[in-house]
Amino acid sequence: MASRPRRNKGLNHVAGLDRIVVILMMLVPTVLVLGLVWLPALGSVGLSFTNWDGIGPMSDAKVIGVKNYTDVFTIYPPFQPAITHNFIWLLVMFFIATPLGMFLAVLIDKNVSGSRFYQTSLYLPVVLSLALVGFIWQLIYSRDQGLINGLTGSTIDWYGDQRYNLWAALVASSWRHTGYIMLLYLAGLKGVDPTLREAARVDGASERQTFFKVVFPVLAPINIIVLVVTVIESLRAFDLVWVINKGRNGLELISTLVTSNIVGEASRIGFGSALATIMLLISSVFIAIYLRIVFREDSR
Amino acid sequence: MSIGSELPQVAVSGRNPLTAKPREGGPADKSGRKGLAIFLAAISLVWLFPIAWAILNSFRDYAFTAKNGYVSWGGFTLDNYANAWERANFGHTLINSALITIPAVILTLFLSCCVAFVVARFSWKINILLLGVFTAANLLPPQSLLIPVYRMFRAVEVPEWFSESGTLLNSYAGLILVNVAFQTGFCSFVLSNYMKALPRELYESAVIDGASVLRQFWQITLPLCRPPLAALATLEVTWIYNEFFWATVLLQSGDKFPVTSSLNNLRGEFFTDNNLVAAGSVIIALPTLIIFFLLQKQFVSGLTLGATKG
Repeated sequence: MASRPRRNKGLNHVAGLDRIVVILMMLVPTVLVLGLVWLPALGSVGLSFTNWDGIGPMSDAKVIGVKNYTDVFTIYPPFQPAITHNFIWLLVMFFIATPLGMFLAVLIDKNVSGSRFYQTSLYLPVVLSLALVGFIWQLIYSRDQGLINGLTGSTIDWYGDQRYNLWAALVASSWRHTGYIMLLYLAGLKGVDPTLREAARVDGASERQTFFKVVFPVLAPINIIVLVVTVIESLRAFDLVWVINKGRNGLELISTLVTSNIVGEASRIGFGSALATIMLLISSVFIAIYLRIVFREDSR
Repeated sequence: MSIGSELPQVAVSGRNPLTAKPREGGPADKSGRKGLAIFLAAISLVWLFPIAWAILNSFRDYAFTAKNGYVSWGGFTLDNYANAWERANFGHTLINSALITIPAVILTLFLSCCVAFVVARFSWKINILLLGVFTAANLLPPQSLLIPVYRMFRAVEVPEWFSESGTLLNSYAGLILVNVAFQTGFCSFVLSNYMKALPRELYESAVIDGASVLRQFWQITLPLCRPPLAALATLEVTWIYNEFFWATVLLQSGDKFPVTSSLNNLRGEFFTDNNLVAAGSVIIALPTLIIFFLLQKQFVSGLTLGATKG
């Protein structure tokens, strides 16, 4: 796919029934995605400037400017912790789980005996849903029936105590995330031209130098993809904490705040939308980075 | 602080093999590789442990573990599975999962093929933009779209035969559509890369023979796309089966929940029998684990296709 063929026929050359078929093939999926993803995204932004309570008709809603946003930042106690928790989540994924995954990929790439087994065990958690991961770790964390307390005799409720539960969730989440990153990175490593390493070795570079000076820079695109995947997954973290306690009591995340403001009894649509919009804004920065990398690669 | 110690432990023990890493050649190479293998084996066992622990305890009697503690041996039984199956109504929820997953995956793959085909075959100026719209949609946090989607589904009235709730809310059709909308981006991206790499000459004789676009699509492109389609199908089945958020918020009656959202039924209000939860977890994980072991190659290549453009 080195050069994109320039001799493609444009749509102008397609006539009659074919033209209708082509337009339909494009139109149906586009309408679906625009209607169920982009329109709602804009809807969230729009609603965030209103005071709609979600009960009366939407025409009753008034535009109240940025009041929802000032409320979020000033008089909504869970917001500060949620931002902090999302940030801690990101830091742990970024500085521990992701590098660990990359490191393990590099080790597995050395092809020592049994590497197939190591690879499989590491990414086995990736096929499990994060909700299920929460339940599986409950057997380790539970206060009365958990493994940790069974071994140490402590009586800490790892999922319940707000001093520990974020970290407990992070360990469980890292368990899955590491395998995922390992897999992505391993695929990248396998794609590195072996002659590069050979050349570095001939030049007398140590293995460590070869990795950091030759392999790592060549993997720049996948490094960035791994980074963006990490950021977006951290921002989207939801299932795991939702099954633990619906994101309360030390486990507040932006995603759970949005959800509980909408599906809870006191549905506050405008306010929830402001939270949703904040989330959209943060993620769109990283999505933009991701798209730039992916499509720049693509047009090469 | 045994919780916090898990990760550092892994990281610390990781340092040894790194320093003992094989320097080039020499006898150190062999022992270095052995050390590496031992280290990786240890890590693998650590990684497998939570699953193994869940499986082990799913076979143990609650009364036994309550009396002897979990760090013990014995009390094996199959009752947890029978109880979990009954209480979480897995016979029913597994069918629900199938009713959601299978149409969603087929529709996702079909629509993605359409988008990818048009983008790859007819190079429009806007096709990058279009793919961008699709791919970005795949990455947006679903929670931030919840309110409008929820309201929209509640407002859309459908005939009773289509969904007994009378609206798209609380209907499989609605849930399937949302899943499709979210997954189409990733699949079209992967498929369009694959289709762009197909030699253009393939189409030339078809065009001369006057084959319609639709025929080119069905008879030339799709048969050649079997490898990425197999990989994506494996991956999407796992993802949509595992999907939790939309199923939880868009389906409201318990009898419609898919398997992933039904595990909560095993948790009591005040008391939870963890052995029962373990059995339930194993049952829920089983379909994905079977797919994983049977179609491992597909699964891996699907995951990495998007990232590395296989």
